[in-house]
Amino acid sequence: MVPGELLAEGDYGVGSYTYRENGRIYSITIGIVEYKKGVIRVVPLQGPYIPKVGDVVIGIVTDFLPTAYVLDINSHYKAVLQASEFVPPRKSVLTEDLAKYLDIGETMVCKVAKFDKYSDALLTCRDKDLGRLIDGRLIKINPAKIPRLIGRKGSMVNLIKKETGCKIIVGQNGYIWIKGKEPKLEDLAEKAIRKVEQEAHTSGLTQQIQSMLQVEKGG
Amino acid sequence: MEAKNLALISPEGLRIDGRKPDEIRDIKMTVGVLENADGSAYVEQGNTKVYAAVYGPREVHPRHLASPDKAVIRCRYHMTPFSVEERKSPAPSRREIELSKVIREALTPAILLEQFPFTVIDVFVEIINADGSTRCASIIAASLALASAGIPMRDLVAACSVGKVNGVLVLDVTDTEDKHGEVDMPLAMMPNRNEVTLLQLDGVLSVEELEKAIAMVSKACRDIYERQKNALKAKYLEARKVN
Repeated sequence: MVPGELLAEGDYGVGSYTYRENGRIYSITIGIVEYKKGVIRVVPLQGPYIPKVGDVVIGIVTDFLPTAYVLDINSHYKAVLQASEFVPPRKSVLTEDLAKYLDIGETMVCKVAKFDKYSDALLTCRDKDLGRLIDGRLIKINPAKIPRLIGRKGSMVNLIKKETGCKIIVGQNGYIWIKGKEPKLEDLAEKAIRKVEQEAHTSGLTQQIQSMLQVEKGG
Repeated sequence: MEAKNLALISPEGLRIDGRKPDEIRDIKMTVGVLENADGSAYVEQGNTKVYAAVYGPREVHPRHLASPDKAVIRCRYHMTPFSVEERKSPAPSRREIELSKVIREALTPAILLEQFPFTVIDVFVEIINADGSTRCASIIAASLALASAGIPMRDLVAACSVGKVNGVLVLDVTDTEDKHGEVDMPLAMMPNRNEVTLLQLDGVLSVEELEKAIAMVSKACRDIYERQKNALKAKYLEARKVN
């Protein structure tokens, strides 16, 4: 579907990336139509990352505020991470040197705690599996392709993890962190991820990736 | 002017490039041609060749241009020095500044700006070769580029021009017809919504002629709109075919 294309006429729920006018529902972006439980929505094939509360994202520290860090989360909105999550409770956030705890350029896995389109996103690291990322490599893909990379219940990313033995963290914002036992395996994982990104809208991709990974590993 | 009596329509009723009066030139549209832009498109309409690139939504610099309730669109229409017969200075001319504004205003109603407050969407249009109807080709290219960047839009914007040469209404005016003809009227519309977003008229038309011209050009716009949709879909269908 492309913007402005008619999706349906009549009494349907208006899902994401659609709009209703005079009883007709139109698409507002390039994507694939999905119909579930009376709601029509379009799954976009392209587009910017828009933060959503609860999303796990990967951010890079870019700046300090008096009591917080500013992170780049590959979006047109900046993300803010409160420094009080790192500074010990007995010390004042205001007098401490924030660079002691987290420096510019460091990579963090965070969760979006608060967001609306009128203000910056607020992140938190206070949860399981969140925090600083050390070593490994960071790659960036089109955020619209992330759902495909994760696959049904994580099938795609788990396959790549299993076949390459790499640790992979997928941020909803399009940043992906890979750490493997050797650079060769990281290369392979990156190659597989790039393939998923390029061919996200084709069917039978999981099988293709599996055979590709097995061939490459053998050779 | 010396060329007033130039025969732009042959006795058989054909134009100088052999087209019928209600025929548009061949259009080639390609989406996603520029790697660094968020969205891009290339449109070739006869000898008019246009690249469009879209960046954004992104943070606005300088900050004071940002709007708290909707995104801001910035548009730059620019002709390369080699796009016309005699070298054009690369500095933006009065005409280019005006066309930038006109293109911006033709695109604005199509975009759901309220989804991205405090941000900017930058549209760059570069004319590689100019042979009439550049603003229409620019609008076609820019709206394809916006859609390919995944920016939410109510509809695609299609555009076409209509002119009058030697007393005959003709679609999709070329450079010669524009310079030696009587009238040039570009029109942009959102065909699905039947809304006109740009209408300019350079010359004099009677009411009947105007009505006929608008009917002609909106039919052409619908035709172009179908091609725009196909061009957008082609990018994804092609990748599917490879497998």
